[in-house]
Amino acid sequence: MAANESALLFDQPGPRMLRRIKIINWVAAIVFVAIAVLIIMRLHNPPDGENQLSWELWKPALDGEAWADFYLPGLWATLRATCLAVIGAVVFGLLFGVGRLIPNAVVRGVCGVVIEFCRAVPVLIMMIFFWRWFAFMDLPSPAYWAVVISLVLYNGSVVAELVRSGVGNLPNGQHEAAVALGLTRTQSLLSVEVPQAIYAMMPAAVTQLVVVLKDTALGSIIMYTDLLQESRRLGSMYFNILQTLVVAGVVYFILCWLLSRLAEWLPVRMQQRTMAPAEPEPVAPIAILDPSNVNQIAVAREERPLGGSQRLYHVHHRGTNASIHNWRRTRYTQGYDETQPQSQIARDGHQHHHKGRNGRTRPDPDMQ
Amino acid sequence: MEGFISLFQQYNVPAAFLVNLELTFWSALFSAILGIVLVLMRISPIASMRHVAGGYVEFFKNMPLTIIMVFMVLGAFAQLKLSFSDNFETNFFWLAVVGLSLYTAAFVCESLRSGINTVPLGQAEAARAMGLNFMQSATLIIMPQALRGSVAPLGNTLIALLKNSTVAAAASVATETSSLMSEMIEFRPDVIIQIFLIFAFGYVILIIPIGLLTTFLSNKLAVRR
Repeated sequence: MAANESALLFDQPGPRMLRRIKIINWVAAIVFVAIAVLIIMRLHNPPDGENQLSWELWKPALDGEAWADFYLPGLWATLRATCLAVIGAVVFGLLFGVGRLIPNAVVRGVCGVVIEFCRAVPVLIMMIFFWRWFAFMDLPSPAYWAVVISLVLYNGSVVAELVRSGVGNLPNGQHEAAVALGLTRTQSLLSVEVPQAIYAMMPAAVTQLVVVLKDTALGSIIMYTDLLQESRRLGSMYFNILQTLVVAGVVYFILCWLLSRLAEWLPVRMQQRTMAPAEPEPVAPIAILDPSNVNQIAVAREERPLGGSQRLYHVHHRGTNASIHNWRRTRYTQGYDETQPQSQIARDGHQHHHKGRNGRTRPDPDMQ
Repeated sequence: MEGFISLFQQYNVPAAFLVNLELTFWSALFSAILGIVLVLMRISPIASMRHVAGGYVEFFKNMPLTIIMVFMVLGAFAQLKLSFSDNFETNFFWLAVVGLSLYTAAFVCESLRSGINTVPLGQAEAARAMGLNFMQSATLIIMPQALRGSVAPLGNTLIALLKNSTVAAAASVATETSSLMSEMIEFRPDVIIQIFLIFAFGYVILIIPIGLLTTFLSNKLAVRR
């Protein structure tokens, strides 16, 4: 990816530039190594503290007892909550995501309100509430269920929006072809559009899996005995919390990193099965009406027809992707995109028009 | 209804939200600066900078925020004696800001990078063909379009940051919303649902306008191709 962006920004460097890059490269490398050495020195000899690198502190954080009694049970609790939350989130997301698309206005409205509410409330606030509430009602293991249900509600609402924007990002032709074959709107939605949306959202859903795994660590605040909580307990026994946190951090990192690699590998595979862009976003869509730039990236990467000549019309994606208002109702007509009049060839006059600042349509001065 | 009124009389809920907004403001500022530095390093032709920035982003993207916050207090403060102030409250506030900023900077960097991805290669090629040098093509052609393309992910990052500011509870910031909510539930378990609704709708009221503004701006500023 980085090479691609450099190609966008930089020319192929000549010999003088190559020399300069080499020098800066070494200077920067030396600076980074110096910073790393300074951090290690600080760890070795912190002001009025003990040496953090001594084996005495690291041994109880790494020996077999620590793994058997603390890390592994904690990891099991983390993974248990993650798996259940992921399954719940996918079910919740599919139900509410499809619910937000079907023609019935009441169902759509209710699903919309539920999703927007669950997306806006911080997960920790939900967790604390459910934890106390379940304990209040004498349910078994309130912390575990609080973690699972909060994660289902938040991540499920994100999955629901991924379903909706996946359907929204499909070209109109998919829906039109389904209707032309005699399918009803709901049939077209369920048998043509939603399946493609699911393929398109796969990479983003795996990225969301990383979020679920990371967010289970919030459970330690409500005393759920997950990996983080267990490492804190171990650390408070031997006064080596820094060391046990590092071990827990490494475990979290390895798990999340493997899932992230999977999410990076998926888009290419999934793109073959869907007409909607399968690129995951850097941050899950949380803003209302989920603006995103995935379609802009898809358009930027698209091969230009006829050896790079300008298209006569826009590649029109519906979708809330911040490219058009009122995305469900606007329709693209061959050669003219009503949402983008400023750069369009008018259908009637075969003449360039563009909108002035005050909204008036006036003829293009270049054409006269 | 009486429950709501008595809760507002008994506890200063707006003050708690103000603490979260302050955390968000300072973290947004610092993470924006750090994120811009990171993305510049990440797209530079200098390999060592690219790898360090890539490693930083990869590290914080795959690390739970809670563990970073706990680390700031129990690791960096208690064991490494990193301290901002002798006053505990101020100290924990700034430790939380540091944790949030370090974490969010990785996402700011990713958002800006995805903005650069919205610019087709043809734009840079055309700029070069017209004889613009690197600085000219970067500042006149590529960056203005890339910034417009990154409005949406940056808005999502800001909302995520505001919601994440509740995790400052893990860094012992006792005055922010999730801590206040715990305290209120402890003393008034009879009105637990009302307490939850107060905080939940507080966040809904804060977040929906940011979301609408993000959508409006990215819609308004999107480059039509």
